[in-house]
Amino acid sequence: MKKKVIVIGNGMVGYKFCEKLVAKAAEQFDITVFGEEPRPAYDRVHLSEYFEKQAEENLILAPQEWYEENGIELCTGELVTAISTRKKTISTHKGNQASYDYLVLATGSSPFVPPIPGVHKNGVFVYRTIEDLDAIIAYGEKMKKGGSFKASVLGGGLLGLEAAKALLDLDMEPSVIEFAPRLMPRQLDEAGAKMLQTTIEGLGIEVLTSKSTTDITGDGRIEEMHFADGESHSTSMLVISAGIRPRDELAREAKIEIGPRGGVQVNDKMQTSAPAVYAIGEVALYQEKIYGLVAPGYDMADICVAQLLQEDKAMEGEIDMSTKLKLIGVDVASFGDAMGELQESRAIVYEDKNKGLYKRINVSLDGQKLLGGILIGDAADYNMLLQMTQLEMPLPPHPEDLILGPRNGEGAAMGGVMDLPDQALICACESVTKGDLIEAIGEKGCETIKGLCKETKASTGCGGCKPMVNDLLRETLKSMGKSVKAHICEHFPYSRRELFDLISIKGIESYDQALDELGHGDGCEQCKPALASIFASLYNETAVKQETIQDTNDRFLANIQRNGTYSIVPRVPGGEITPEKLIAMGKVAQKYDLYTKITGGQRIDMFGAKLNDLPQIWEELIAAGFESGHAYGKALRTVKSCVGSTWCRFGMDESVSFAVELENRYKGIRAPHKLKGGVSGCIRECAEARCKDFGVIATEEGWNLYVCGNGGAKPKHALLLAENIDNATCIKYIDRFLMFYIKTAAPLTRTAAWLEQLEGGIDYLKQVVIQDSLGIAEELEEQMGALVNTYQCEWKQVVDNPELKQRFRHFINSEDSDDNLTFVPLRDQKMPKPW
Amino acid sequence: MEALLAQYTSVNLASVRYWYEVAPVHQFPKNGGVCVKYKGMQIAVFYFERKGQWYACQNLCPHKLEMVLSRGLLGDENGVPKVACALHKKTFSLETGENLNGDLPSIATYPVKVQDGKVYIGFKE
Repeated sequence: MKKKVIVIGNGMVGYKFCEKLVAKAAEQFDITVFGEEPRPAYDRVHLSEYFEKQAEENLILAPQEWYEENGIELCTGELVTAISTRKKTISTHKGNQASYDYLVLATGSSPFVPPIPGVHKNGVFVYRTIEDLDAIIAYGEKMKKGGSFKASVLGGGLLGLEAAKALLDLDMEPSVIEFAPRLMPRQLDEAGAKMLQTTIEGLGIEVLTSKSTTDITGDGRIEEMHFADGESHSTSMLVISAGIRPRDELAREAKIEIGPRGGVQVNDKMQTSAPAVYAIGEVALYQEKIYGLVAPGYDMADICVAQLLQEDKAMEGEIDMSTKLKLIGVDVASFGDAMGELQESRAIVYEDKNKGLYKRINVSLDGQKLLGGILIGDAADYNMLLQMTQLEMPLPPHPEDLILGPRNGEGAAMGGVMDLPDQALICACESVTKGDLIEAIGEKGCETIKGLCKETKASTGCGGCKPMVNDLLRETLKSMGKSVKAHICEHFPYSRRELFDLISIKGIESYDQALDELGHGDGCEQCKPALASIFASLYNETAVKQETIQDTNDRFLANIQRNGTYSIVPRVPGGEITPEKLIAMGKVAQKYDLYTKITGGQRIDMFGAKLNDLPQIWEELIAAGFESGHAYGKALRTVKSCVGSTWCRFGMDESVSFAVELENRYKGIRAPHKLKGGVSGCIRECAEARCKDFGVIATEEGWNLYVCGNGGAKPKHALLLAENIDNATCIKYIDRFLMFYIKTAAPLTRTAAWLEQLEGGIDYLKQVVIQDSLGIAEELEEQMGALVNTYQCEWKQVVDNPELKQRFRHFINSEDSDDNLTFVPLRDQKMPKPW
Repeated sequence: MEALLAQYTSVNLASVRYWYEVAPVHQFPKNGGVCVKYKGMQIAVFYFERKGQWYACQNLCPHKLEMVLSRGLLGDENGVPKVACALHKKTFSLETGENLNGDLPSIATYPVKVQDGKVYIGFKE
């Protein structure tokens, strides 16, 4: 007969328990899960992402169906109110009763709300559940409408800083108020905390330390906080993040043993004082401590599953509290004995206030072992350092190399992932060792990162180990004589560069022909747009020619937005526009009820256009003298400019004129990724040209040309390619540079990433572009010239051709628009109804 | 939201009671999709011209509940015909409706037949 297991609590740890139990022995147990929240288990570690995307599906760990498929009964929104350990039953607030053979308490914790007078006023929140977040967002929006932007967070720990970031994302002005003299007092030392504080203050978050809040005042809602030092702080809302309290009420009522300061007492088998009752996660008090990290919680779930299966497994005596995370865009990590408090050690510290870096490692007195450390600003080496600490690996002769890097041109100090022993724990969340991964690669044939993660579950928790898993896969395959395939996808056994040459040499003219001659199958969403880009670069065919191999945006020549409507960006070369054209664009936006916004590239974006309205809108725009801005394509976007010497009193040269010339030259040209340009009229660099794929800055003696910069997720300043050159030389070099990039880059690789992979880097690029070391300069110029001379506006092609216009109907059998669209008002315009 | 999803349930060939005539074959893009309006529903129809195969499914992507699947890219994964959603490239098998690169709920699929140069979708009513 099946044993009945009841799990109380459906947080991350409760879910992990279920996952592990059904994976091992689904057939032996009947599992029922009670969760008081109205939805399945979700990922609290990434809760602040909810503010950015506001989509709870992103956070859900497993949908309702997962529970059904695995035969687990999930009772959400149902609160367990009592446990009888004698009768082995539980009862719920709905009056339901259930009996168990095993009971697992995974009730987690609740936020600790300090007993400050006024703490119950409106505008004071805790930060824990999706409901809390919704309430914070709603209140914040209300306050902003009333003109107050000041928001505060009580508590400068991990979660408090996450909360501050969330408030920043809400466009509020957050202050973090910490009782201790520094941020993250439990993880960081004073110097590290100071560095973190300086960095986040630079992002617009105020930090107040050594503040003990004595009183919260305001008329009905919070308006002011008062501190023990006599100072006060005005704020329109407060998010409390002052630690957690285990949710042990149920266990307490059931007379299960509780620690003196709360938490259900467990032994190293996760057993509580009551028979057949276990406690895991943040409710469990193990070795007199509550563990607020997900990895120990998962370990507890694992031990508990082993208990139910009568396996002999026990919790480690020492719980590793090492942690790495990106706080507000800043890497923060602490590992092992981070502050050197547990045993005598010598600290090696590296501090760079200019770059916001702080690194500290604690080395044993005999200089043999790494005991722990702290990394702020750059935690790329966290995984390796953690492994060295945990496995007590021997230190290199100069341990300082571990944080300074090798300084005399020699190899890396700590070696790579391949130097680790097989028992090294690569993924702490899922307890996957290096040995497990190598076995999966070698014996189970996992040769892709996706397959490897699916097989081993590595990287499916916090994801922090992904770079290491990647390295391990690449190196292991290499050692087996295989290479990680640079194939663009399963349909073409070639890299993009190889395909570019093959298609050109064989004169292949269509995607179907390429599939027949070079590939197999039906293609996919990776190879189709990649080949479309190659055809565009070779033959300058526009996206209307082979429309079903284009990415969605290119197929419909507009940018698809959240609700399936499109945005339209006409070209405004160099950002220069006449009043007449501005009026014409305004009239179109008015007529079709479009939301308008100025883009970062000095043009105007019109949002909310229905698919079936696009051809008519463009007919009107083209009549007013506009052409496609290719904002939808992996193509040249804009060449941004400052106003230059025509108006500016500092200007050295006519930046607008040159920007207009460059934008008109390269418009419509497809590339492996989008391309952006910039021209600044002097060294003040108002056009931000060095954040672009190509940027030109005027000097007293000509132009300086910079290449391979970008903004975005990994900002990179462009590097100097040539100095003090004239207009014609500048164009010649950009022609060569762009064409070389277009022919050789991997799909969806910006110029900066391409340069990083280019052996020899910028010096090599200079040789190719300026010294013509490969002897291809003339060919590159000719190819670019051919593209420039055969430019066509693809929207003009569409509006001139009734058959092409038919492609933009929403329905094949009706002229109607999509009837699923709902807009809501936003300031004086509109926006799609939120997801 | 759930009401929107609940409109779409898979129909298999055996349970077709009504074949709805959509349009002649030549109106369909080759190796691409279109959207069909039928009784308040939106159905995506895909034409794999290279193999002469047709598939139909709900136009609603279960990820963000937008009517966009017909605008996605077609292809196959290890021989299984699939569509990649236009919004976030979630891929779905056009044979079973299963989400191939995630844990999203499956999409509803419908039988398609071509008779005398015209394309039909099969419904229960």
